Amino acid sequence: MNEQELRAVVIVTLKTIAPEVEEGDLRPDRPLRNQVDLDSMDWLNFLIGLHEKLKVDIPEADYARLVTLGDVLDYLKTKLGR
Amino acid sequence: MIEFKLPSLGADMDEGKLLEWKVSPGDTVKKGQVVAIVDTSKAAVDVEIWAEGTVFELLVEPGETIPVGTVMATLREAGESPLAPPAGRGVGGEGVSAGRRRISPAARKHAEELGVDIESVVGTGPEGAVTLADVEQAAAKVSPARTAPAPDRTLDRAAEMRKAIAAAMGRSKREIPHYYLSEPVPMRRATDWLAKANEGRPITSRLLMAVVQLKAVAVALKKFPELNGFFRDGAFQPAAAAHIGVAISLRQGGLIAPAIHDVGEKTLEQLMLDLTDLVKRTRVGSLRSSEMSDPTITVTNLGEQGVAAVYGVIYPPQVALVGFGRIAEQPWAENGALTVLPVVTASLAADHRVSDGHRGALFLAELRDLLQQPESM
Repeated sequence: MNEQELRAVVIVTLKTIAPEVEEGDLRPDRPLRNQVDLDSMDWLNFLIGLHEKLKVDIPEADYARLVTLGDVLDYLKTKLGR
Repeated sequence: MIEFKLPSLGADMDEGKLLEWKVSPGDTVKKGQVVAIVDTSKAAVDVEIWAEGTVFELLVEPGETIPVGTVMATLREAGESPLAPPAGRGVGGEGVSAGRRRISPAARKHAEELGVDIESVVGTGPEGAVTLADVEQAAAKVSPARTAPAPDRTLDRAAEMRKAIAAAMGRSKREIPHYYLSEPVPMRRATDWLAKANEGRPITSRLLMAVVQLKAVAVALKKFPELNGFFRDGAFQPAAAAHIGVAISLRQGGLIAPAIHDVGEKTLEQLMLDLTDLVKRTRVGSLRSSEMSDPTITVTNLGEQGVAAVYGVIYPPQVALVGFGRIAEQPWAENGALTVLPVVTASLAADHRVSDGHRGALFLAELRDLLQQPESM
């Protein structure tokens, strides 16, 4: 899976939680949860969606590192061994 | 014969539109079964029945908008002879009169609005019942000019929901003398405990602090029945169990606070499953009537949006609302020492007709103490 495909998976997963999201409006360097208004339940469901699609394990202790969309993509890349 | 009436699905609902029957005459139904889907300003609600019996007659047609309390169907009780004539219906020539004609309440109401003589309308419904459509047809025949346009049901749901919330909250502020209390609650133990509990869990079964808070509220309520129940007809009716309405905001605006039942008796794992399911169904607009009409108290959590505290507006006929703000690190002085702790502000808005600030304060203290012993829940 290349970077573009990974990004597409993340956006699709995000849209299942927040269908109104426009990809073009997302700033990769800003806190994702503020931009998209995700509460803890939304956030958990977002991560569960990524876990199910990408088969990655995301321990709760790592949540603090996942702030921006860029962070999420970098984290997943590392997890997927790229 | 049992009459099945349209239940109230919350203080902000006074009518509903039948979308679909899930049962037919002759079907047996059991308690809790979904028998109809009714559209309200907030959601399409699966309406449950709380009696057992056999459906005899459906009195309302899909598409009709009817007021709360309207008899929607009649049922035979178990043991009632299937051959017995339904009560109130004459048989064998006596007692049959025009006054006994079946007229749906919605049809009667609409006829009044349109100035149509209901007794002159020919019924085409089951057993000659006069339906809404019959009334409209009769009105069109009598005087097309007087036919009022059908109410616009395609109104934007968001606008209808705003109106419904405005009505309920306006009533709350007019009728309920609120008092407000708040208490900072140290959350070190609870956050540590939760982190540890989640460490060994797969992501699909992790718990959120929200369920710990819900459980703590329910357990604390056991000692404070005056905060859990309904104020109706000038008197307080305490509830036997804590059915907590969880305020869930909708992405398109507005909010719904459907109930999780018997919160005090459920494990945190079960509550997490229930909350996940409830949020999912609320967002897609698929709720059950008991979830809409049952909440005995509401809990709102606005901490996610970053506010320090929330002072809620009680949802009538409930008598209290508990709010949680953001969990954030704060300086904390205790035993002459200053430390930094995660702290949340818990608040209580309660009905002064039913309880006093003293008891409210004791409730918040109990809630604070319970959150220091998360393992006990």
